[in-house]
Amino acid sequence: MGARIAAKDVKDGQALPHWSYPVVRQDLVRYANASGDGNPIHQDEEFAKSVGLPDVIAHGMQTMARMGQYVTDWTGDPGALELFKTRFSAMVVVPADGGNTVTVAGKVAETLEGDRVKIDLVATTPDGATVAKGEAIVTLG
Amino acid sequence: MPLNKAFEGREFAESPPYEVTAESIREFADAIGDPNPLYRDETAAKEGGYDAIIAPPTYLTKLNFIYSAEMMLDPDLGLNYALVVHGEQEYEYRRPVKAGDVLVAKPKIASITAKGRNELLVTEAVVSTTAGEQVAVARSTIVSRGTAPQEG
Repeated sequence: MGARIAAKDVKDGQALPHWSYPVVRQDLVRYANASGDGNPIHQDEEFAKSVGLPDVIAHGMQTMARMGQYVTDWTGDPGALELFKTRFSAMVVVPADGGNTVTVAGKVAETLEGDRVKIDLVATTPDGATVAKGEAIVTLG
Repeated sequence: MPLNKAFEGREFAESPPYEVTAESIREFADAIGDPNPLYRDETAAKEGGYDAIIAPPTYLTKLNFIYSAEMMLDPDLGLNYALVVHGEQEYEYRRPVKAGDVLVAKPKIASITAKGRNELLVTEAVVSTTAGEQVAVARSTIVSRGTAPQEG
C-alpha cells in the first residue's frame, strides 16, 4: 500500500511524536499465550523473585512488538519495514498493582537513497531506565 | 562453563512447515495490543494492497521457539537456560508474513563471542515459504551470563 509519510517531508534529525503504553500482568499472560514464550519469569511473581528478579518482568519481544507498532503506525504500512532491530538494555518490571508504563520515542537518524529512512528508537520507563534501543529502516511514500 | 565454540557456524535442519493462519495473526495482534485492521480484516488488507491479512513485524517470534529448540537444547552446546537473557533481536524483511503462508526456517549459529564475563550467542535463521520464496532473515543475540572463559 505504501507509506503515508512522504520522503520529501522528512528531515535528518526530525523527532517523531512519542507514545506511551501501559503494561499490566494480564498483557503478559496474553503475550505468553500468543507468542509461545511461557517462561514463568513473565507471569509468576513468586518464581521471578526466586531467581533474583525484582518482580515479574515483561518479555523483551513484547516491548519490541510495541516498538514495531510505533513504527508501523507512523508509516501507515507494515510492509514499508525493511529492517527492524532492538537491543534490550533493562527490564520492564511489572508489579501486580498498577503495572508499568513504557514510552517510545523515535527520530529520523538518516535519510537513505530510494526514499528510505533509518529511524532510531528508544523505549524508557518512568524511573528513567532505557529498556530498549532500536533501529528501523522503512521505505516512505 | 563456556559455550562450545565448535558450534560456531553450525547449521541445523530446516524446521517443520508452519502454517500461518488468519486466526493466529489476529490472536497475536490482540495480545500485543495493536488494533491495526490490516492484521484482522481481509477487506482492509485488500484495500491496503495485500492479497491476505498480514502479520505484525514481530509475529516471526512464534517461529523462533520452534526452530531454536534444537540448537539451544543440544547438550553439547552447554547453554544453561537459567543464565540466558535475550540481548538483541533483528529482522530483515523481504515482505510481510501473511495468512496462508507455509513457512520453514533454516537456522544456524552465526557466532559465539566473549564479552567481558558474558558470552554472546548469535543465531540466524532464513525464513522462507515452502515454495522457496524468502520472507525474512531473523537474528537473535542470546546473552549467556557469566560463562565467558576466564584467563589465568
